[in-house]
Amino acid sequence: MEGVVAPEVIRNFSIISHVDHGKSTLSDRILELTYAVDPREMRAQYLDSMDIERERGITIKAQNVRVHWRDYVLQLIDTPGHVDFGYEVSRSLAACEGVVLLVDASQGIEAQTLANCYLALEHDLEIVAALNKIDLPAADPDRYADEIERVLGLPRDQILRISAKTGAGVVELLDEVVRRIPPPKGDPQDPLRALLFDSYYDQYRGVVSAVRVVDGTMRSGARLRFLQTGATHDVEEVGIRTPAMVEVDELGPGEVGYLIAGIKDVGEARVGETVTEVAHPATKPLEGYQNPKPMVFCGIYPIDGDEFPDLRDALEKLKLNDSSVTYEPETSAALGFGFRCGFLGLLHMEIVRERLEREFGLSLIATAPSVEYIAHLTNGGILQVDNPSAMPEPQFIDHIEEPLLKLTILGPAEYTGTIMDLCQTRRGRMQKMEYLSSDRVELIYELPLAEVVLDFFDVLKSRTKGYASLDYEPAGTQTDNLVKVDVLLAGQPVDAFSTIVHRSKADDYGRKMTAKLRELIPRQLFDVPIQAAIGGRIVARETVKAKRKDVLAKCYGGDITRKRKLLEKQKEGKKRMKSIGRVEIPQEAFISALTLEE
Amino acid sequence: MGEPGPSSGQQLGLYVHIPFCARRCDYCAFATWVGLHHLAGDYTDACLAQLSRAYDSGLGPAATVFFGGGTPSQLPGDELVRLLDAVRREEAAEVTVECNPEDVTVELLSTYASAGVTRISLGVQSLAPQVLTSLGRRHRPETVPRAVGAIGEVGFSSFSVDLIYGARGETDEDWVDTLEGVLSLDPPPPHVSAYALQAEPGTALWRDPERHPDDDVQARRYEIADEVLEAAGLPWYEISNWSRPGHECRHNQNYWRQGEYLGVGCAAHSHLGGRRFWNVRAPERYIAAVAADQSPVAGEERLDFDHRLLESLELAVRTREGVDSSALPDDEMLTGLVARDDDRVVLTLRGRLLANEVACRLRAPARVGFGGAGAIAPDLARATVSRN
Repeated sequence: MEGVVAPEVIRNFSIISHVDHGKSTLSDRILELTYAVDPREMRAQYLDSMDIERERGITIKAQNVRVHWRDYVLQLIDTPGHVDFGYEVSRSLAACEGVVLLVDASQGIEAQTLANCYLALEHDLEIVAALNKIDLPAADPDRYADEIERVLGLPRDQILRISAKTGAGVVELLDEVVRRIPPPKGDPQDPLRALLFDSYYDQYRGVVSAVRVVDGTMRSGARLRFLQTGATHDVEEVGIRTPAMVEVDELGPGEVGYLIAGIKDVGEARVGETVTEVAHPATKPLEGYQNPKPMVFCGIYPIDGDEFPDLRDALEKLKLNDSSVTYEPETSAALGFGFRCGFLGLLHMEIVRERLEREFGLSLIATAPSVEYIAHLTNGGILQVDNPSAMPEPQFIDHIEEPLLKLTILGPAEYTGTIMDLCQTRRGRMQKMEYLSSDRVELIYELPLAEVVLDFFDVLKSRTKGYASLDYEPAGTQTDNLVKVDVLLAGQPVDAFSTIVHRSKADDYGRKMTAKLRELIPRQLFDVPIQAAIGGRIVARETVKAKRKDVLAKCYGGDITRKRKLLEKQKEGKKRMKSIGRVEIPQEAFISALTLEE
Repeated sequence: MGEPGPSSGQQLGLYVHIPFCARRCDYCAFATWVGLHHLAGDYTDACLAQLSRAYDSGLGPAATVFFGGGTPSQLPGDELVRLLDAVRREEAAEVTVECNPEDVTVELLSTYASAGVTRISLGVQSLAPQVLTSLGRRHRPETVPRAVGAIGEVGFSSFSVDLIYGARGETDEDWVDTLEGVLSLDPPPPHVSAYALQAEPGTALWRDPERHPDDDVQARRYEIADEVLEAAGLPWYEISNWSRPGHECRHNQNYWRQGEYLGVGCAAHSHLGGRRFWNVRAPERYIAAVAADQSPVAGEERLDFDHRLLESLELAVRTREGVDSSALPDDEMLTGLVARDDDRVVLTLRGRLLANEVACRLRAPARVGFGGAGAIAPDLARATVSRN
């Protein structure tokens, strides 16, 4: 077993880069160069362990790995690669003294890179910048070195040029990391303070947490106190990742490793937690802890109602290694029994849904994403509403507050007008516009979260041909003229289609939704009015006329078998229908209505 | 083959499929072929061989015989007679031949009549020229009075006219004119079948969604047909069939009573001994199979007791005889779709147009106490169960 490593030889760093700019490939090259992974076992993107991560080319759960480089110990701390996980990124960065800023030499800085870079600067981290993919014909390292210098103030002659794919320049990069990133400080005799910056659930070991010792020493067998939750846990094992898990006796100041302490639920080992020792405790927690707060909500329902218990079990299990998901049982007249779930963001929502379907074999339907509104009632009460159908009727509401985002968009200057149009129609307020170069622009907007959650990313991507990138952070709340629009079928509200929108968009939403439903709802034995209403006031109306004909013309000797099968199919279909009052609607119609683009 | 004959007291139908057509209609999904007339002799031989094997296995005499197609009138008259002569028939058997108006001559009909044909079913479809063109039919409206005149001249116990409504280019007025035109033919038909044009997969019509019939338009045309025909003394007796009392097609009624029948020829369906089975579709394959002394059967199904009960109800509910009221539970959704009269439930006009909706709500009642139309002979039901 290895003993404590002297802080002077340790370099803790993260790689920050945009999706697809080559972070995972660079990690792979580093593992190869340092002989951390047997070449025969090397598989592309070694550190991305979840299937979804490898498929999407993004990192969701951070991984960290210790390698040896010359006489030094390098701790590569991976960060989640998406804006939804901004808090996790900030905790990972808090475990580092420096970062490698990796920028695609054919694309330049993207919004998310910029945001994470600012985050690194806030943490006073040393930044080693590198332009990647210089082997590509489209690479223009001179141009983007200028951009990095101008935007981030990093001297252009210090910017390395590498190809993670071919390995060119990676040795120099590691040497530069050793030279420029400062070693950690800390006294091994001080009371223990360690930052917990990631946790995942292992079905055999329980919760495995990634920790960075800041002060003191974390010893095997010690009794620990988690300062934020107040709980105590006995260390079962501490160790390092090489990337295989290797048990050690203790971790000293500046060391990064893993901790197993008999914890069954990642909710008890939250990212940002400060870990100390009961016998020799520190009293002051490390800075920056937050309880991750869900920002986006949606109802998740099993398509087959019988799968509700399976969905509940799956959410329980999923929650063991993703404590940021919240879920509450919910009943919908349209969709049956399900859960109102909360997520850190849209990608997080997508990932959770995909994991539920893939890892637990469920078929699910999700309602349109919503945000959490604060309804100020006329009687002085305050109500938090994350499901639009739960919003009280207008006469009980004084005003409604909604969450805001600060949105940073980077894109080619030629799309400035397009981006501004989009933000304007989404009730955005421009905060700043800056040209990063003659052909690249940075726009900062304040925008209601609700306007972002539906399809903002998709629309932005398609209108800018994929060239714009986006980052956001919460920016408080605002009061606006918001109303709930209900959709009624034959007079019965369909909870799954209730939404909260700005008054100026309510009629439009109502018209679109009723028109869409008129196409999707099969004709019934009676006329079905489809109405959109704000409180008692109808703002849009369509009618599905009663069907007049549903009969086979011919039924002779050769038709009987076929006819019987058709009727069986029709009966099967009826069984799968959901009933809203007397109206029978196939599940597919709900799914289409909920998934159709604007 | 090797099927047992029907149990005693059970009426037997015999269907002969004639797959030849002079031209394929746009909407037709039947097993029909153009340009295969040279096979007529071999085909007739094959049908005769299938028939003779059935008799060897104990098939009884037929109460009804139906030559359908395709276009039976495209088969040379002497070939059809050769076939009919081999068919064992009960006394006073109903023998129908489907004819296209343009094929009909006094000579051909006389050949039929002398061989024992009692009923002609004439494929008129429409009397509006643009509708006939739109349907891809080759006859002109003028051929119809001539053909009907020939039917009257030769003299048959009954005859029927087939109509199709809902083709593109047809107006409500065209439809009324067709119905009235047909009813004023000399002699007037005592039986009319009127079918909603349906876009069947695989047809030229299917591939052209622009021309797909509109349900609402067809519903209206159906209501028009029912009104005009009923007023002329031809009340409905099945969803697509109207007749003067006594002129119902007994052969078809046997289908709707879940009766037994043997299908002779390619693609023909049979129902014997609780088993439904059907022959290979292509005439060449049918001829080859029979010539090689192999079974021409392409597929079959056997239903269990409950499914047979349900099937009998699904067939019966389409007829004016209706079903036992216990087969259709009271349901608010059925209001206006069915009329209840003592122990029977019969479709209303609106219900006929929504018959599938009604059929979906049928329940096989307790296994005793439902008789009349749609009943299964108890011995047959037992036979089915024991064979499973």
